[in-house]
Amino acid sequence: MPNHHLTAAEIRDFRALAGMVIPASDTYRVPGADDELIFNDILNSLERDHDDIRRALAHLAALAGGAFADLDPQRRIEVAAAFRDASGAPLAALVRVVLLCYYRDDRVMRSLGLEPRAPFPKGHVVEQGDWSLLDPVRARPPMYRLVE
Amino acid sequence: MHDKVDVLIIGSGASGAAVAWSLAETRMRILCLEQGDWVKPTDYPSNGRDWEARLFSDFAVNPNRRARPTDYPINDDNSPIKVVNFNGVGGSTIMYTAHFPRLHPSDFKVRTLDGVADDWPIDYATLEPFFAENDRMMGVSGLAGDPAYPPKQPPMPPLPLGKSGARFGKAMNQLGWHWWPSDSTIATVDYEGRARCINLGHCTPGCAQGAKASTDITYWPHAIRAGVELRTRCRVREITIDEHGMASGVIYYDADGKEQFQAAEVVIVACNGVGTPRLMLNSVSAKFPNGIANSSGLVGKNLMFHPYALTYGYVDEPLDGNRGPPLCLWSQEFYETDPKRDFVRGYTFQFGRGVGAIMEAIVSSAAGRLPWGEDHHRVYRKLLNHRIGLSAICEDLPEEHNRVTLDPDLKDSSGIPAPKLEYTISANSRRMMEHGIARAREILTAAGAGNIAVESPILNGGWHLLGTARMGTDPGRSVVNEWGRCHDVKNLFIVDGSIWVTSGGVNPTSTIQALALYIADSIKQRLANLFD
Repeated sequence: MPNHHLTAAEIRDFRALAGMVIPASDTYRVPGADDELIFNDILNSLERDHDDIRRALAHLAALAGGAFADLDPQRRIEVAAAFRDASGAPLAALVRVVLLCYYRDDRVMRSLGLEPRAPFPKGHVVEQGDWSLLDPVRARPPMYRLVE
Repeated sequence: MHDKVDVLIIGSGASGAAVAWSLAETRMRILCLEQGDWVKPTDYPSNGRDWEARLFSDFAVNPNRRARPTDYPINDDNSPIKVVNFNGVGGSTIMYTAHFPRLHPSDFKVRTLDGVADDWPIDYATLEPFFAENDRMMGVSGLAGDPAYPPKQPPMPPLPLGKSGARFGKAMNQLGWHWWPSDSTIATVDYEGRARCINLGHCTPGCAQGAKASTDITYWPHAIRAGVELRTRCRVREITIDEHGMASGVIYYDADGKEQFQAAEVVIVACNGVGTPRLMLNSVSAKFPNGIANSSGLVGKNLMFHPYALTYGYVDEPLDGNRGPPLCLWSQEFYETDPKRDFVRGYTFQFGRGVGAIMEAIVSSAAGRLPWGEDHHRVYRKLLNHRIGLSAICEDLPEEHNRVTLDPDLKDSSGIPAPKLEYTISANSRRMMEHGIARAREILTAAGAGNIAVESPILNGGWHLLGTARMGTDPGRSVVNEWGRCHDVKNLFIVDGSIWVTSGGVNPTSTIQALALYIADSIKQRLANLFD
């Protein structure tokens, strides 16, 4: 069962737009946000933003004068630019869910040099640093105001 | 109908837990009602691959977004700063960064020193032993010798500097400005049953390792072992009074939504600077038609937030990103009033390590730094883990028009009227924020950062909820006396941030808890004549 209530037309437009926001790249050897695995994750992650995303997609379709996915490439670029310029909460919600799902994909994370894992239980290493940097501050006299 | 208890505490967060633990030694029958649940370590986002995503869902910092069944809605439409809280055992210590500065001695005497607002009826010296006791109980890491404070001795060594901290330290030294490793309630060594920090890097929405001190794992185990009862999923609707005008108990809804009455000899409110006035304003009677203990008319007024001015930039080498606790240093260089500036009072700088991969993408996309299309990947790789930033935590002075009232329409899932905020940032605070942003630009430039950006105020930055039931000796100008007892109701106490007279310019949890311990101690000292 899908975890959303988008129509087939909305899904097509959404996927087309996601692929424009983050296209696949041969240079960095990463898929686009319209990749099947990533886009399914997106569709399953709408939850609190579901209604805003539907509003955003309705706005996109209005700007396109129909199905955004059916536009020719040049027209898509123009409509996507107008869509982004309009900003607002629905657009922010739509872009957020795209980014949320894209940047947790294993292939994308590995391309960025990140380990595709949860923080716990392995954690991370943070270097202790050079505490002698504090020496000039240690030498300062008390700087808080005295209160009688 | 339940058996009457000696002490009923409402809220199990920072202050409620501290007061429960402190009073437990009296062997009185003590009950705490908490509207939320226990949070298990396995519930925290850092257990899963979706750890960043959950900051936008069930661990969102804003209760309206999070919208768990245990949350209550807040109408914050008329506030440029939105509330951050958490409802559960531990309260908002579940959802805080564990940055743990104390108020300064001067913060208690702002009228005397700077001619603004009011002095507190207590001072730093009064709280000093309770600060130290709380540091031991919560487990504070830090470094003795900070020239910005009277001497103190954190029980654990400080958090690591890391790449970001070292870069900031060098920049501050170059400018000749104060900086110091932050006091933090993150365990840097194994401490009292808590495992040391392993740099999960996602501390705010709870620590899967248990290194971050939230009161569910610090005070509460001790309090419960000492006999305190903690009853969860109990949402208090109102405090009731008897024919003598004394608090007689509370009406609450249990986990099944069933209305219950709990009688008590003493009622202690610990619901934070929004939840407490909401509860008091909802507690209406013939004697208190405008809310319990509100003869001054000040319940809900003087809301203070601490406007945050965030400034950040990007350097040319990878730093710590989300690895490690997000806050590790502070600066008090601009904390005390300087008559040469165009504002009174001051602010703390808190230095951030960095943010995670997803947060970087979302914030940079919203700011227009991260393009759509082919160039997205190149630009993103220049941003990821290259961020360095700091926030000015600006002192908010009390103003009566900044307030919490009851929303006429909005209600929680139990049908209890929700709080409504009216809040504006004062001209003094705005000048302070601008000063902080200008200084932060200098610091970032000295640290080698470019592409500098500002978020001021931080929209979802209402962590600190203060001032809405202020402390004082004049019943006409305050809600509680100098040891937390309501002027109007002599068996009703308030122990949370509501009672703050002024806000200082620091994260408040350390001082909130020291105050709660001080009030508990005051109660213990006066048990024989508590209601006189």
